[in-house]
Amino acid sequence: MNPRTHLWRGLEELANSPELRARIENEFPEGTLESPDPLTRRQFLTLLGASLGLAGLSGCTRPPPELILPYVRQPEGRVPGKSLYYATAMPLAGHAIGLLAESYEGRPIKVEGNPAHPDSRGATDAFAQASVLTLYDPQRSQTTLFSGRPRSFGDLTHQLSEVVRRHPRGQGLSILTETVGSPSLAGQLRVLRERLPDTRWYSHDPGATRSAVDASRSIFDAAVGTHYDLTRADVVLALDAGFLCSGPGHLRYAHDFMQRRKGALAPEKMNRLYVVEPMPTGTGTRADHRLPLRARDVVRFARDLAGALGVAGLSASAPDVAYARWLTALADDLRFVALGKARVPGTTLVIAGDRQPPEVHALAQAINYKLGNFGTTVLHTTPAEEAHGASLAELAQDMHAGKVSTLLVLESNPVYTAPPDLEVAAGMRKVPLCIHLGLYRDETADLCHWHVPAAHYLESWGDARAYEGTASVIQPLIAPLYGGKTSLELLAALLGQAGRSAYDVVRDTWRDAYGRRASTPDFEAFWRSALHDGVVEGTAFSRAEVQLRKDWAKRAGLDGKPTAADGTEIVFRLDPTIFDGRFAGNGWLQELPKPMTKLTWDNAAMMSPATAQTLGMRPNTFGDRGGEHGEGIAEVVELHHAGRRVQAPVWIVPGHADGSITVHLGYGRTRAGDVGTGAGFDAYQLQTSAAPLFGTGVEARRTGQTMTLACTQFHQMMENRGLVRSADVATYQKHPDFAQKQGHMPAANHGRHPLTLYPASDHPQQGPQWGMVIDMNACVACGACVTACQAENNIPVVGKAEVTRGREMHWLRIDHYYEGEPANPTSHLQPVMCMHCESAPCELVCPVEATSHSPDGLNEMTYNRCVGTRYCSNNCPYKVRRFNFFQYADWATASLKMMHNPHVTVRSRGVMEKCTYCVQRIREAEIDANNQRRPPRDGDVVTACQAACPSQAIVFGDIHDQTSRVAKLKADPRNYGLLEELNTRPRTTYLAEVRNPNPRLEGR
Amino acid sequence: MATEVHREVHEQRESARPPLIGPGHNFATVTDKISALALSRPTSRRWWLGFGFSFALVMLLLLAISHLLVRGVGIWGINVPVAWGFAIVNFVWWIGIGHAGTLISAILLLLHQQWRTSINRFAEAMTLFAVACAGLFPLLHMGRPWYGYWLVPYPNTMQLWPQFRSPLVWDVFAVTTYLLVSLMFWYVGLVPDMATLRDRSTHRMGRIVYGVLAMGWRGSARHWQRYEAAYTLLAGLAAPLVVSVHTVVSFDFAVAILPGWHSTVFPPYFVAGAIFSGFAMVLTLVIPIRALYGLHDFITARHLQNMGKILLATGLMVAYGYLMEAFAAVYSGNPYERYVQVNRMIGPYALMYWALIACNIVTPQLLWFRAVRASPVALFGVAMVVNVGMWLERYVIVVVSLHRDYLPSSWGMYSGTIWDWATFLGTIGLFLSLVFLFIRFMPVISIFEMRTLLPEAKVKEELP
Repeated sequence: MNPRTHLWRGLEELANSPELRARIENEFPEGTLESPDPLTRRQFLTLLGASLGLAGLSGCTRPPPELILPYVRQPEGRVPGKSLYYATAMPLAGHAIGLLAESYEGRPIKVEGNPAHPDSRGATDAFAQASVLTLYDPQRSQTTLFSGRPRSFGDLTHQLSEVVRRHPRGQGLSILTETVGSPSLAGQLRVLRERLPDTRWYSHDPGATRSAVDASRSIFDAAVGTHYDLTRADVVLALDAGFLCSGPGHLRYAHDFMQRRKGALAPEKMNRLYVVEPMPTGTGTRADHRLPLRARDVVRFARDLAGALGVAGLSASAPDVAYARWLTALADDLRFVALGKARVPGTTLVIAGDRQPPEVHALAQAINYKLGNFGTTVLHTTPAEEAHGASLAELAQDMHAGKVSTLLVLESNPVYTAPPDLEVAAGMRKVPLCIHLGLYRDETADLCHWHVPAAHYLESWGDARAYEGTASVIQPLIAPLYGGKTSLELLAALLGQAGRSAYDVVRDTWRDAYGRRASTPDFEAFWRSALHDGVVEGTAFSRAEVQLRKDWAKRAGLDGKPTAADGTEIVFRLDPTIFDGRFAGNGWLQELPKPMTKLTWDNAAMMSPATAQTLGMRPNTFGDRGGEHGEGIAEVVELHHAGRRVQAPVWIVPGHADGSITVHLGYGRTRAGDVGTGAGFDAYQLQTSAAPLFGTGVEARRTGQTMTLACTQFHQMMENRGLVRSADVATYQKHPDFAQKQGHMPAANHGRHPLTLYPASDHPQQGPQWGMVIDMNACVACGACVTACQAENNIPVVGKAEVTRGREMHWLRIDHYYEGEPANPTSHLQPVMCMHCESAPCELVCPVEATSHSPDGLNEMTYNRCVGTRYCSNNCPYKVRRFNFFQYADWATASLKMMHNPHVTVRSRGVMEKCTYCVQRIREAEIDANNQRRPPRDGDVVTACQAACPSQAIVFGDIHDQTSRVAKLKADPRNYGLLEELNTRPRTTYLAEVRNPNPRLEGR
Repeated sequence: MATEVHREVHEQRESARPPLIGPGHNFATVTDKISALALSRPTSRRWWLGFGFSFALVMLLLLAISHLLVRGVGIWGINVPVAWGFAIVNFVWWIGIGHAGTLISAILLLLHQQWRTSINRFAEAMTLFAVACAGLFPLLHMGRPWYGYWLVPYPNTMQLWPQFRSPLVWDVFAVTTYLLVSLMFWYVGLVPDMATLRDRSTHRMGRIVYGVLAMGWRGSARHWQRYEAAYTLLAGLAAPLVVSVHTVVSFDFAVAILPGWHSTVFPPYFVAGAIFSGFAMVLTLVIPIRALYGLHDFITARHLQNMGKILLATGLMVAYGYLMEAFAAVYSGNPYERYVQVNRMIGPYALMYWALIACNIVTPQLLWFRAVRASPVALFGVAMVVNVGMWLERYVIVVVSLHRDYLPSSWGMYSGTIWDWATFLGTIGLFLSLVFLFIRFMPVISIFEMRTLLPEAKVKEELP
């Protein structure tokens, strides 16, 4: 009970009439913001004359009488030029990554992972890194609109209270959200449905499917959440699950998984990964054994595996001969360590992918159950809140049936992301009042009566949960740039609390939650520590002990014979860089090469070489402007599926499953600003609501046209050059230094005996000598490092046309090479940035000494001195130098100026640039250490790429300090330098890959 | 005695060859004929056409340069990995063309090759114009050309020198030295003729301009004595430049570690190539001018034949260079070098490579035949083909080496854009415009040196 209801100011208030309530709650009553009357000609002239006269008068005024003083005392914690870090979290598809956002003079300019957060552990993904660009995007929606004309938010809240007044039970009121991961929002929705019981809540999220929850609901007694502990799994099978690169918890999973296969390797501790997937993913590149399988065959495979493992409740069937040997070896590996020696139960793990139907999840759960993995590698939890409302299909049905009178779309874009057979747009046109809250005026905003600009997460209060339930409070780093509102504020208005801030909503949510469980009522201390730490202690979901029901197979729909479907399959996948399309307006993500295909700015119909041949497709070629470095040429086909068609370029992907075409969602946007509009084709057009994950019977008709795709690495073969060196674990045990022998020329130095004509050390090296080691075992090609580098170093976006000419500006790229048969090749990944060669070829040839060597071993680039002869780039064997062929950096847009890292020069046209080992971070750490009268310690300097990497594949430090991590890794026998036979003596070196194949599948 | 015998043999051999000057000429006719080109002959329609066309190309050049300065070098086709494209190809091509002038003037002078006399003036002018065109490119290709002067060592407030280990700095010295010495050499050789034109000019303006340029030349014995000393000294200075300039230009490539560039054969191979292309360009220009202005008496069949022979000889040297490059790649056992060679032959630019072989090695073999050497039309054809071939050679060296180097992940392609072509054609226009102006206003053939070729100039010295 609100104590204030006992007090009253007048008789009307005591009577509590609805008109008065509406008037009180409306913060900005009608008419206060608009100009009173339209201007007449006379009025206009009067005002014009008066303005002119007053403008002249203003010349005579004195300075304003208000007294302005500089800081007399520095506000606490504010040191000019020093960044402050605030804990916050970025929600995406119902889950959050905990972040530390860097605030420079009040502006958030970069995010880092929050080490205290269970998912992040200090790492981030590319989406989080790129979110800073979205914050400052000048094309974000900036005003509340009604029918395309600016109106005040107060008008909207007024209208909302009207709606509530007219429908006291919420009849016809519908709310569409994404997957709800915010306790506050879930609480508001709960209260809303209590107060207005006829309100309907729908949720739609192309970025998160309900397969796992649906499966758990049917095979256990309750709907439970599932997550994994990869530190304890010796053998992992991923059933079309890209758990290392995408989905809830992927940062943590990558971290935990890689603990077992990187650094100083202990062969007996190495885990083994089997991956079954249609489209190659970053996770697939790390597989010791990868089986390309059509998406629709994964359920058959899981079923066969369950059968082979003797899982109860399934009708027996012989495994498909195509993979029988593979499956038998896998089944044995899951059960036995060696001949006749059983594995300890609970040391294996089967993960089902989000983009697979509930049946596969049910089978994975059953297999895990059989293998004793419940409670060890597979952890079940009881969700604290409801995350999903009714489905979008139900909303569409209700809209078409005229049951929806008011629709609130909260940060969702159903007009674009809905399968077209739902005809959401037509349905929305039947709704008398549609209100859209979103960051952009997107496709849905265009169809809605009201559009409210949403606040970016860096501008707003909120809360969100990690994959395992731990909640974080989202703190704003800056006041909303464009007056954006949050879902919490909009729902508050609907709840009759117009003007209530998101801060109050969140704080009250946690005050309630705290009050329920805390014994000592010191909420303030709790709140402060939650904000400070970025995680709310003790909020992880409670563990659920579940038992597989006896009739699980029947309930999961697995009792019948598997149905066979014919025809080419089409698989819908989230785009690895622009997700479900929401990041289409983000240039950093558009230009981030996709992990496998290295495409930017476009999606494609991806298929295996064999399928392409069957369908009569021409192989991809490259043009003569950018060639292999940018200009991929693809044949355009018309994809026909479910009665609709789109034109798509064909991209042939070795290792793709045969008979299957993968398309990435998120492209073909029509309202995504200058950046996103028109890029790629809209794959949602081929989706059906019945089969949103994959479908069969797609037809690819050749059009005879070709189109250019911006592919940053067309040539994905190593040409026997020993660039990425790898061996299996048996070889590694016999010859730990195998990497030294795989170069085709003897390594020039190994960093031990420099080959030089000059006397050693003509300038003695004092102080730290910086160097880097990259563990190629641990790279999953997620691209977080590339985007982190872009954010840290003010790297410009150049656009598709420039990428096709081989001019993308990334300082750090992830090279990808195939090895073996095109049907199922092994993938090698190699992050490449400036190697900071000790005898750098670039330095020798610069005529103006714009690139030079620092005493601590950095290959420095002096932008001001560069005249742009580009000789250094020609002479760089690693081709890591990037040139500003035009004025790529945006010097004009005001909001982007706020985004730039002030510690890094924004480069002008005509100068060369490249990785600096984040020299600004090195110098900052050195100054800090110097102020404390001590040398920099190992770990003081963390480069942007290193910080972002979820699997910590990148290690940086002082190579002369024998106790540093980097020096220890440099002493590892796996350590080698790329092209070290050239005697460039690179400071960045690599740890060779070691795989752990199943000896029974050798030769496969 | 021996000298006398030697001289007799020499004279017999001389008389067996076609003469260096047509019959029936004396001092007056030679002077009349050559000075008339600049002084009295009316400006022909064809001259206006040719000059107009060339000048239009100069306007195109200005447009291309303006666009370049406004937008940036991105208007060209360059990228990463191919960060040097047309600009450097054209630079090396033009510098190469500029080589014939110095060779003809200086080295042949020092070797007492009298046949050089009728073509040296022309070749020197061509050298200057070619170097002027070449010099544009290194400047324009810079990302920030307005800071180009940072490559020059000069005292400055930044207290910074250029980086002397970079071959680009050596280039600055080599090319500017070459330009200055060529200019002086050309101008000193021009002084006596300027005086002739001053004396014969009927126009007041002509008298003033030629008079200033003649620097008070009166033709006294002392003048001649000093002239000879200065000219021979300059020739001595210029001679090493024939070798040095293109050697230094070749260092731009040879010093780099790029496979296809990093090769010790480059300096001699570039010098031979430069002389090859220089003579090809001399032939390309001399043959039409000789026909149009009726200079058959001064530029005789013997001149053309000699130049044909030099073309053949240097062509063979260039062929040897190609062969050695391929041999070194195979013999080195270095897989990157091998790949570059294979990629040149069968990679995406294979057509260019084989076209270059056809132009630079196969076509000049026709010059073994006397009939080809004797036919101005055939010679002109061969020279044109060599011009194209030498441009292709530089394209193959610069672009085809860069486009696929060490890391296959960074391989790429390159092709010139419309602005690349506009700049290239623009410099051809600049070159031709300067040539047309030179023909119109200057004595294209050295008048006084031609006179020394006449029989009456040969004074038999009595032995004491």
